[in-house]
Amino acid sequence: MALNKLSSTLLNNSLVFKELKNVASVFSVRNFFNYYPTTSTPAEGPTKKLNMVQAINNALDITLQTDETALLFGEDVAFGGVFRCSLDLQKKYGSERVFNTPLCEQGIVGFGIGVATAGSTAIAEIQFADYIYPAFDQIVNEAAKFRYRSGSQFDCGKLTIRTPCGAVGHGGLYHSQSPESYFAHTPGLKVVVPRGATQAKGLLLSCIRDPDPCIVLEPKVLYRAAVDEVPIDEYLTPIGKAEVLKDGDAVTLIGWGTQVHVLMEVAELAKTKFNVDCEVIDLVSILPWDKDAVCKSVRKTGRALIAHEAPLTGGFGAELASTIQEECFLQLEAPVARVTGFDTPFPYIFEPFYLPDKWRCLQAIRNLLDY
Amino acid sequence: MFVRQASAILRRYIKTNQRLKAFSTTSSSIDYPGAQVIWSDKLSFTNSHSYAPIPTYRVLNSQGQIKNASEDPNLCKDVLEKMYKDMVLLNVMDKILYESQRQGRISFYMTNFGEEATHIGSAAALSVDDLVYGQYREAGVLLWRGFTIADCVSQCYGNKEDGGKGRQMPVHYGSKKLNFVTISSPLTTQMPQAAGAAYALKGKNKVVICYFGEGAASEGDAHAALNFATTLDCPVIFFCRNNGYAISTPADEQYRGDGIAARGPGYGLNTLRVDGNDVFAVYNATLKAKDFALSRNKPVLIEALTYRVSHHSTSDDSSAYRSTEEVAHWVTNQNPVNRFRLYLEQNNLWDEGREQEWAKECRKNVLTVFGAGEKEAKPHWKEMFTDVYEEMPDHIKTQMNQMAEHIEMYKDKYPVKDFS
Ligand SMILES: Cc1ncc(C[n+]2csc(CCOP(=O)(O)OP(=O)(O)O)c2C)c(N)n1
Ligand SMILES: [Mg+2]
Repeated sequence: MALNKLSSTLLNNSLVFKELKNVASVFSVRNFFNYYPTTSTPAEGPTKKLNMVQAINNALDITLQTDETALLFGEDVAFGGVFRCSLDLQKKYGSERVFNTPLCEQGIVGFGIGVATAGSTAIAEIQFADYIYPAFDQIVNEAAKFRYRSGSQFDCGKLTIRTPCGAVGHGGLYHSQSPESYFAHTPGLKVVVPRGATQAKGLLLSCIRDPDPCIVLEPKVLYRAAVDEVPIDEYLTPIGKAEVLKDGDAVTLIGWGTQVHVLMEVAELAKTKFNVDCEVIDLVSILPWDKDAVCKSVRKTGRALIAHEAPLTGGFGAELASTIQEECFLQLEAPVARVTGFDTPFPYIFEPFYLPDKWRCLQAIRNLLDY
Repeated sequence: MFVRQASAILRRYIKTNQRLKAFSTTSSSIDYPGAQVIWSDKLSFTNSHSYAPIPTYRVLNSQGQIKNASEDPNLCKDVLEKMYKDMVLLNVMDKILYESQRQGRISFYMTNFGEEATHIGSAAALSVDDLVYGQYREAGVLLWRGFTIADCVSQCYGNKEDGGKGRQMPVHYGSKKLNFVTISSPLTTQMPQAAGAAYALKGKNKVVICYFGEGAASEGDAHAALNFATTLDCPVIFFCRNNGYAISTPADEQYRGDGIAARGPGYGLNTLRVDGNDVFAVYNATLKAKDFALSRNKPVLIEALTYRVSHHSTSDDSSAYRSTEEVAHWVTNQNPVNRFRLYLEQNNLWDEGREQEWAKECRKNVLTVFGAGEKEAKPHWKEMFTDVYEEMPDHIKTQMNQMAEHIEMYKDKYPVKDFS
């Protein structure tokens, strides 16, 4: 029957476009960044070429291996997760330790808080950061305030929430968000954003061991694009410490996650176009954040540019800018610049115009230099 | 006037009397305010085995025959034909748009294979004035209402003709004109909204229908919606497409108990369970639900049992979590489109010739429209800044102007000519 054929060709790819003569493909994933791999190894011992998914998988594997109380759960985690971060872990550690939950983010986080309260290690996956809001109450009112309200009799420090965030080229409103500043506004949480495979592993292991509840926001566009030589043994990337990736004296460029790679390229462009050396800082950790490292750099350069994908108003750049202004007022040669997503929802087709891309950053550097 | 007063007094009297009875020490029937009391001195669990499973209503058997003539919806020839043709059109559109994603022409797609009868059966039972809240896998409902292939293609391309102005990912359709509320990706958010809309539409001779998956039913919003709808008497039909999977998660890891339908009575909700691959069963159930919702101002829950034949989306490869034999079984033995076709052919309403002809026409139509949609320009990039609010506030105007100046300086770096 013709209909059977229709349905079954779905399973075995067929060509239905013979009649459409080569209309140029309009949809293309614009590369809005080039990945700058981490070359310095954070630990002794052998390394392996891993992308960010594999590095995360490796960190989860180490945890399940070494911490027998560790549990890993979330929507579709059993078969490996929609981004494959938990691939094969159920096979290895069993369905009592690695499992699917019903489709309910408030349930996932609430359950995780309970697991942690009872003394086990909880690693909860929220499928997309855009879908973390049903769990907002559990995170903000419960996880974050548990230790405080109980006089430290209780805590859920053994809870770690992992969630993919950020732009991917075609995610639109609900597969692109960077919600870090919502959580930065919540005392009691720790929030980190890896910029690649090496940091993803080290930060995840740190968060899992950290005595307070942590959120790891993983820029999903890096999952496969970010490939590093990653140490295969355990190592910890400190929470709360920024990393200076490139020394310079003209402008301090501050970003986190994918944006760090944009800024690395921008620094090169600034060198060739304006003949200046920019200092590039990966903030790594949003809460707490490394004021000392940022202010030390800005005191030296006298100029700061902060770039993030999230909207301008109330974005984490605002927090950095106001602290820089307080701490480095006398050294500043120009007002602190912010290049960010606009104050609109994240738009699907307009993404190339929305992102704080290298050209917008470059123009901001020009303005800082000319101020 | 007097009669009304008298009946009000009578009602008050009965209420007071009931309350007194509730406090009386001799009463054994009504006691606690939270539930009706039936005393028992036997301590035993009530669980999903305490009741028989909720029956699944079916009209057409697998051979496309009506088993009980009294259940024949007696639809006229034109309606039957439109139902079938829309199902085939949906199939053809899905196939072509799915392939187009595979070729990198659009970024993403979700097909509806296997669930055609749930869309067309329910859509046909309602009027275009009834308000629809969808999840994302209900394109057939839109086609039935008159959303064109061009409308779908424009949305998937996010081109100038897209009513949503290119802001959302493919398949996030919406149409004010066709009373189909624009799809939002965050699951289950539509359910309490549907209850609210129904409340506001009370007395206007309209119902609201709200589609959701069995996975989405696990969200807290699903509980809120069902509970609000019953306690606040909202004329809304909650239509669950139970297709067995939520991405990779099978239904038996999503819930325990007798499906989604079993929750209905728990909320005090009139509930129907139907064979979702039987277009007549879905039609009859939706019609009955609408009648009840309108005449009584109360919600109805429908659980349509079906099967998601396709991958969850183009981002998914379902061979990682289910066998091809399992899928093949549903495609060949339990295909809702085939079942309906068998019915039509047995009643001399369709034949192989017409099948060929219609399939060809659909294909030609979709490909033509697709080619045109692909060439269409995107909306002007300034549309990125509109509609955040009804009136653009100053801070957004400033940002838009800054971007305009920036683009002026860096013209060659932005795809401006595609966005005009
Ligand atoms: C709040 C929220 N969490 C997670 C997701 C990601 N997600 C999209 S579809 C889906 C599965 C939904 O399954 P179901 O409701 O059964 O609908 P079906 O796809 O089977 O039609 C998930 C987990 C989402 N869109 N929103
Ligand atoms: Mg489902």
